Amino acid sequence: MAEVEFDQASRIYTAGAKPAVNRLDLEIADGEFVVLVGPSGSGKSTALRMLAGLEEIDGGQIRIGGRNMVGVPSRDRDIAMVFQNYALYPNKTVGENMAFPLKMRGVPKEERATKVKAAAEILGLSEYLDRKPRALSGGQRQRVAMGRAIVREPQVFLMDEPLSNLDAKMRVSTRTEIAAMQRRLGVTTVYVTHDQVEAMTMGDRVALLKDGELQQFATPAELYDKPANAFVAGFIGSPAMNLFTLPVSEEGVRMGSSELALPRSLRSRITEAGLSTVQLGIRPEQWTVGSNGDGAGVKAQVDVVEELGSDAFLYAHLDDGEQTPVVVRTGGRSGARRGDQIALTPTSEDLHLFDPSTGERV
Amino acid sequence: MAAPTTTERPATPSTQDLAPARKGRVGASLLTVLAWIVGIGFFFPILWMVLTAFKQEADAYTTPPKLFFTPTLDQFRAVFDAGIGPYLLNSLFATVVSTILVLVLATPAAFAVSLRPVKKVQDVLFFFISTKMLPVVAAIVPIYVVVNDIGMLDNIWTLIVLYTAMNLPIAVWMMRSFFQEVPKELLEAASMDGASTARSLREVVLPVISPGMAATALICVIFAWNEFFFAVNLTAARAATVPVFLVGFITSEGLYFAKLCAAATLAALPVVIAGWIAQNKLVQGLSFGAVK
Ligand SMILES: Nc1ncnc2c1ncn2[C@@H]1O[C@H](COP(=O)(O)OP(=O)(O)OP(=O)(O)O)[C@@H](O)[C@H]1O
Ligand SMILES: [Mg+2]
Repeated sequence: MAEVEFDQASRIYTAGAKPAVNRLDLEIADGEFVVLVGPSGSGKSTALRMLAGLEEIDGGQIRIGGRNMVGVPSRDRDIAMVFQNYALYPNKTVGENMAFPLKMRGVPKEERATKVKAAAEILGLSEYLDRKPRALSGGQRQRVAMGRAIVREPQVFLMDEPLSNLDAKMRVSTRTEIAAMQRRLGVTTVYVTHDQVEAMTMGDRVALLKDGELQQFATPAELYDKPANAFVAGFIGSPAMNLFTLPVSEEGVRMGSSELALPRSLRSRITEAGLSTVQLGIRPEQWTVGSNGDGAGVKAQVDVVEELGSDAFLYAHLDDGEQTPVVVRTGGRSGARRGDQIALTPTSEDLHLFDPSTGERV
Repeated sequence: MAAPTTTERPATPSTQDLAPARKGRVGASLLTVLAWIVGIGFFFPILWMVLTAFKQEADAYTTPPKLFFTPTLDQFRAVFDAGIGPYLLNSLFATVVSTILVLVLATPAAFAVSLRPVKKVQDVLFFFISTKMLPVVAAIVPIYVVVNDIGMLDNIWTLIVLYTAMNLPIAVWMMRSFFQEVPKELLEAASMDGASTARSLREVVLPVISPGMAATALICVIFAWNEFFFAVNLTAARAATVPVFLVGFITSEGLYFAKLCAAATLAALPVVIAGWIAQNKLVQGLSFGAVK
């Protein structure tokens, strides 16, 4: 068990091109579960593979337990990895697959058998130990891959989208199992996914990457409540946060023909930053829906209603001349219909403000 | 094929819909017939050779050829009396040893041009195959001179070295294509699990590509076993192989056709057996099961 540090770590695949991972700084505590998330091509896998020793570290350092890993081959890093396609050894049985890392480290045969048996017990694989991987279901293969990683009690677990080959239901249940197992074993874990729900539900902390650059590294709650920039704000949360670029006015901002009053705290932040336009972020649940007649709020017309049972999402467009789309969450059975005219008022206080030129949080 | 189309659209099974299907079926049966003709065309001479091997010399020369005759083992006896034994042993030794050498050398080479690419892979591969572009006939004189100078004429090891060199480029190319089928995550997983490169090659990759190795070995066995040109030019009494022995049967006096067929049948037998053994491996196919 160990802490993991990325210290200005970079990976440049082709000289002259933009680095796939650019000066990444992460400090991961011992026993922590950290999720790397980001859109496709953001460098999540590359960062993980640098930690695994499968990709060169072209700049900076990566340290495991304080030891610099530059130039250290994978097999000497004492880490275990679960691959997206599991990478089980097709000619070995489940038991042999799980015993392989122990065998490579010279663990005696009886001890291997005991450890594999114990791991198989935990993962519910006991009856499959003599089968070849090809005779297993996707979910079982996934477990074998997990088993091969845990038998060895490594310092760090690495997982690259280990759930993406499972069906939706399996993904949700396995997600919980992996998180629970990690807490129980207390092994430092770095987990890559492009699914923000996985990131938010599994990680102690989440690192959000975009184009090889770290956007924010924080707890899920902080990422949601205090996104560091407009990109994070738009990426985390489903449906995504509504982002509007609006001119600043006396009382707040102008939204189409109406004026949206902002609380004093937000207004003073805008003046401090000296902005004449501002990017305002409002989450779908940060609206109150009123009827069109009572004068208050921004007018909008409902295009689509998604009833999810407990909630409903209204996809509407504003009457601001540009038909700006907006998403609103209401309680279930909202009664709203397509074509309804509604008036939207933000439930103020903790709205999000970003500098429109840099995207940084104000 | 046609059935689902008609059930999907039961309302108007128009002629346009059916025409391509019927054409397809006719095409398929034509192909089947063609395949049979080609197949028989290939097989017939072999069948004829085997049949002739069991005839008396006199029966082998009749026109029209005799389909029904009293089978005899006389020709096989004659072949053994003529001393095919040492030739068979020479062939066997040269084939087995050269094939083993080829596999031992080609496996790491193919690994280096596929899973763990070295620099300038394309150039390396071209170099390998370019050695096969010069006709052997053009190389035989220098080879003869060299072999003669080092006193290795009529030595089975000369053939082994030449057969290894001859098959190596093909084997590297073949093995490379099999290696490329192996997902690189397997090697990465093995290295995470603590295996050295040699160990992961042996314990993880080779079991996966063993059908490919069997195919490669079979090709090498066939080429080495059937090789004639080097053998006839570089060997005499001690190191000559079966193809050289076969040619010795063609004489200007007397009847030799049935005896030649018997010898040829004997010569073909080991290759057939090797093919049959390899087939068990080959039909398994490259099995990636859990990873693909
Ligand atoms: N072997 C390689 N050679 C050159 N460029 C590469 C290589 N591997 C990845 N890249 C580039 O590096 C960038 C980051 O890739 P990476 O695989 O880390 O993305 P990712 O975040 O894992 O994406 P995904 O969610 O699609 O898996 C991409 O722009 C990609 O094109
Ligand atoms: Mg990836």
